[in-house]
Amino acid sequence: MSRQALLSVENLTMRFGGLTAIDDLSLEVPHKAITGIIGPNGAGKTTFFNCLTGFYKPTSGSVVMHHPVRGPVRLADLPSHKVARVAQVVRTFQNIRLFANMTVLENLVVAQHNALQKASVFSLAGLLRLPSYRKAADQALERALSWLTRLKLMEFVNHPAGALPYGTQRRVEIARALCVNPILLCLDEPAAGLNPKESAELNELLLYLCREEDVSILLIEHDMSVVMNVSDHICVLNYGRKIAEGAPADIRVNPHVVKAYLGEDDLEDDMAAAGA
Amino acid sequence: MQAAATTHAMTLPQRLKDAFSVAFIALLLGIPMIGLTTTDEGGTALKVLTRWPALALFVAICFVGRLALQVVREALARRRARRPAKAPAQAGSSRLLTVIGWAGVGAALLVPVAFSDNRYAVDLATTVLIYVMLGWGLNVVVGLAGLLDLGYVAFYAVGAYTYALLSTQLGWSFWQALPVAGGVAAFFGVILGYPTLRLRGDYLAIVTLGFGEIIRLILVNWTSFSGGPNGISEIPRPGLFGYNFTPPGSEHSIADLLQIDYSPMQRLFFLYYLILALALLTNLFVRGMRKLPTGRAWEAVREDEIACKALGINTTHIKLAAFAIGAMLGGFAGVFFAARQGFISPESFTFSESAIILAIVVLGGMGSQMGVVLASLVLVLLPELGRDFAQYRMLLFGAAMVLIMVWRPGGILAHRAPTLVYTGPKGDQA
Amino acid sequence: MAQAIQQLINGLTLGAVYGLIAIGYTMVYGIIGMINFAHGDIYMVGAFIAVTSFTLLAAFGVSSVPFALLAVLVVAIAFTSVYGWAVERIAYRPLRASNRLAPLISAIGMSIFLENMVQVTQGARIKPIRPILTGGINLFTQGTFTVRLFETQILIIVTTVALMAGFTWLITRTSFGRQQRACEQDQVVTKVLGYNVDRIISVTFMIGAGLAAVAGVMVTVYYGVVDFFIGFVVGIKAFTAAVLGGIGSLPGAMLGGLIIGLVESFWAAYLSAEYKDVASFAILILVLMFRPTGLLGRPEVEKV
Repeated sequence: MSRQALLSVENLTMRFGGLTAIDDLSLEVPHKAITGIIGPNGAGKTTFFNCLTGFYKPTSGSVVMHHPVRGPVRLADLPSHKVARVAQVVRTFQNIRLFANMTVLENLVVAQHNALQKASVFSLAGLLRLPSYRKAADQALERALSWLTRLKLMEFVNHPAGALPYGTQRRVEIARALCVNPILLCLDEPAAGLNPKESAELNELLLYLCREEDVSILLIEHDMSVVMNVSDHICVLNYGRKIAEGAPADIRVNPHVVKAYLGEDDLEDDMAAAGA
Repeated sequence: MQAAATTHAMTLPQRLKDAFSVAFIALLLGIPMIGLTTTDEGGTALKVLTRWPALALFVAICFVGRLALQVVREALARRRARRPAKAPAQAGSSRLLTVIGWAGVGAALLVPVAFSDNRYAVDLATTVLIYVMLGWGLNVVVGLAGLLDLGYVAFYAVGAYTYALLSTQLGWSFWQALPVAGGVAAFFGVILGYPTLRLRGDYLAIVTLGFGEIIRLILVNWTSFSGGPNGISEIPRPGLFGYNFTPPGSEHSIADLLQIDYSPMQRLFFLYYLILALALLTNLFVRGMRKLPTGRAWEAVREDEIACKALGINTTHIKLAAFAIGAMLGGFAGVFFAARQGFISPESFTFSESAIILAIVVLGGMGSQMGVVLASLVLVLLPELGRDFAQYRMLLFGAAMVLIMVWRPGGILAHRAPTLVYTGPKGDQA
Repeated sequence: MAQAIQQLINGLTLGAVYGLIAIGYTMVYGIIGMINFAHGDIYMVGAFIAVTSFTLLAAFGVSSVPFALLAVLVVAIAFTSVYGWAVERIAYRPLRASNRLAPLISAIGMSIFLENMVQVTQGARIKPIRPILTGGINLFTQGTFTVRLFETQILIIVTTVALMAGFTWLITRTSFGRQQRACEQDQVVTKVLGYNVDRIISVTFMIGAGLAAVAGVMVTVYYGVVDFFIGFVVGIKAFTAAVLGGIGSLPGAMLGGLIIGLVESFWAAYLSAEYKDVASFAILILVLMFRPTGLLGRPEVEKV
C-alpha cells in the first residue's frame, strides 16, 4: 500500500448559521486504500462528503485532490459536477439516488454522459448516427456491461432501477459511480439496509475494487462489520471534530472512541446492526 | 393510496354516512354557485336568480356518485390485492404503440383525401396538429426534463411575431423566416432559462408564468412594435419553392405552373400537410434526442438532479438545452400559426393557452408522444360536439387535470419505453 | 407631493388586499410546502359570493350599511372556507406524498376548474353592485389636486389591521396556533405527539380561504365590479407578495403585500399604467432569482 496521500483535507470547517457541523478537520486519504469514516449520528460525516463533492461550500479550509494526471485540484472551488468530471471523485448517497424509472443499463450509460456528449457534438453527430458517435456509444455500452458483469448485476440489466430490491439498488448505485471512472470513490453508508449476506458481499466488492481495480475508497459506514473488516485506515468524527485516527485494531480500543459512542448510546445500535 | 385505508369492508350505515357527508359538503359548495346566481337582465342593477332544482340535482349526483365510488374503489383494492405485482416487461405494449403510431400517421395522411370538400374538417385537423406539435415541444421540457413551464406560450408568441414582423416589414418568405424564428425563440428560451433554471421546480414554474405574462403585456402595450392589441394582419401565407397557392393569373401561382384547376382547398391541404410534416419532424427529432446523451440526461435530471451532478453532469446545460429546444419547437409552431391565420394578436397568447398546452401534455401522460395526440384530439374536438361542450371544455379539462394527478400522477399513458435495451452479446442495441 | 400622498393611500389599500391573500399562500406553503395555485381563484369565489350576498340583502331591503357589511363578511368567509377545505381535500391531500410537480399541476387544474366553474354558473359578464360606501374625507388640497381618503379605503385598512391583530393572536397565543407551527416544523413529530395533522392542514386552508374571502368582499366594495377572471392576476401578485416577504413568514406576507401595492400605485401614477403588471411580475422574477428567501424568510439548505 502506497502511503502517498491522494486527498488532503486541511482545517476544513463548515458552519450552518450557529451550528458547526465540521470543526477544523484535517485528514489525509491515502492512495489505493480503503479509508473508513465513522462517528455517531450527527458527527458531520455526510456533511464532510457534501463539502468534498461540491454540494456545500466549506466555510473555511481546503480540500486538495492529488490527481495522478492533472496534479493538485482544489475541490472546494469546484461545482459538484466538476468534482466528478475533473477530479474524478465520485460519490454515492445515503438514501439511494438511482434514476428510478430508467433501466439499470440506462443508469450506467447516463453516468458516461460526458464522454458520450463530447462524441455526439451538440447532438448533431448523434442524430446523424455518424460512425464516431456510434463507436463511442458502443464503448459506453461495453463499459456498462463490463461493470454489471463484475458486480454480478447482469440479470437486472433491463430492469427499471427503482423496482429492484434494496441491496441490489445499492450495488447498482456503486456500479453507476464506477462508470464515471473514479479515482476516489466516496460511499455514504453503502451497507445501510443490507442483510448480513449482502453486507458480506459488499465487503468482498470493496476489497476487490480497491485491490484489483485500483479505486481508492472513502467509506462512511455505521455497520462495524463492514468498516472494521475492510478499512485500511479509520478516522473517527464526533461533533464535527476528528477524535481518533488509525488502524481498525487501534480504533476498536481507543478510549475516546468508546466514550463518544457510549456517550451517544449509539454503540449498542451499531453493534446490533453489525450482528443482525 | 388512500383507497386502501378508507374503503375496505364498510358497512351500509358507514357508506350512507360517508355519502351524506359528501352530499352535505356539495350542498354548501353548491348554494352560492349553483343555487344562487345574479343577472343584470332587465335593468342595470343585478337581480338574484335561484336554481334550486339544479342544486338538488347536483347534490343528488354527488351522493350517488360517492356511493358508486366506494364500490369501485373496493373492487379495485380487491383486484390489486389478488394481483400484487405487475411484470415490468412491456415489450408487447410498446409494439402495439408502434402499430397504433403508424396507423395514426396513415390516417393523418388520408384526412384531406377523406374530407376533400370539407373545408371545416381540414381546418379542424390542422388545429389539432398545431396542438400536437406544441404538445410534443412542451413534452421535451415538462415530460422529459421534468421542468414545469407555465409560460410556454411565450415562445409560441415569439415565433409567431418574428415571422409576422419579418414577413410584413422585411418581406421575408415563410421558409426564410422559419429557421430564424425558431432560433429567436430558442434564444429567448436561453435568456429566460439561464438565470432561472437553478431555481427549485415550483419556483421555476411561477417564474416561467411571469415571463410569459411579461411577453404578452409587452406585445399588448408596445404598439409601435407589435401593433398592440390590434396585432399584425396581412401576414403572407406560405408558398412552395417560391410559388403561391393563389388564383391563376396572379404572380407565381402554382395553379398556373402545374396547369391545374385552382381551388381554395389546395391551400388548405397544403397547410395541413405542412403542419403534419412539421409535427412529424418534431416527433422524429424528439425521439432521436431521447436516445442521445442529452436526451437521456433530460430524463436523468427529471429523476434525480443531485445524482446527475454527482455523476459529473452539468445539469444547468442539460436543462438549458431542454428549454431552448422546447422553445425552438414552440417557435416553429408559432410561425406556422401566424402563416395560417394571416393575422395574430396578443389574444392568442394568454396564460390559458399555456394552460391548455400543459393540460395536453399532462393528460396524455408526461413523456408520452401518443398521449399528446389523444389529448389534442379530445381538446379540439370536444367543443365541436356542441356549444355546450365548448363552454364546458376548460371546466372538464381543469377537473381532468386534478383527477388524473390524483389517480395516476404519471398521466394516463405513463408507460415509458427504455431508450436502450440489451438483447444479448451479439444482439443489435439500436 | 399631494399626488404622492394620494398614491400612498391607494397603494396601502391595494397592499392590504394583497397581504390578506398572500397570507393564504404563505401559510399553505409553510405547512405543506406547495404553491396553492388555486388560491387566487378562491379569492375570486369569495368576491362572487359577496356580490350575490349584497344583491340578496338589497332585494330584502336591508339598508343598514354596517349590518350589510358584517353579514356579507360572515357569509363570504363561511362559504369560501368550505371551498378552501374542499380544494385541499380533493386536489392536494391525495398527493401529499407525491413528488413536487404533481400537486402543483393538480393546483393549476383546480384553478382552471374554479375559474370556468364560476364562468359557467355565474356568467362571463362583469358583475356591478350598487355602491355601498360612497363618502370620503378631503384631507387637504394642494393647487388643484385634492387628496381624498375614501370610506372604502378606511374600511379596508381598518379591517385588515384588525384581522392581522386577531390572526397574529391566533397563531402565537392559541393552542391551534401552536399546533399549526409545530406542523410547519415537523409533521411526523406533530402526528406522533397525538395531533391530527390532517385537521390542522384543513383548518389552515380554511383560514387562508377565509382571509381571501375578506379580500374578495373588500375588493367588491372598493371597485364595485367583479368578474370571473380577477383571481388570476391578483393571485399572482399576492403570491409575489408572499415570496417577496419571504414565503412561510406571516409578517413577511403582509409586508410583501404592502410593498407590491405601493409599487403598483406609484408605478401606475408616475411611470406607466400599462406596464404596472409587468412591474409585479418583474419583482417576482428578480426576487426569486436573487433572494429566493425573500425579505423575512429563513434560508433553506438543500438536503443532499
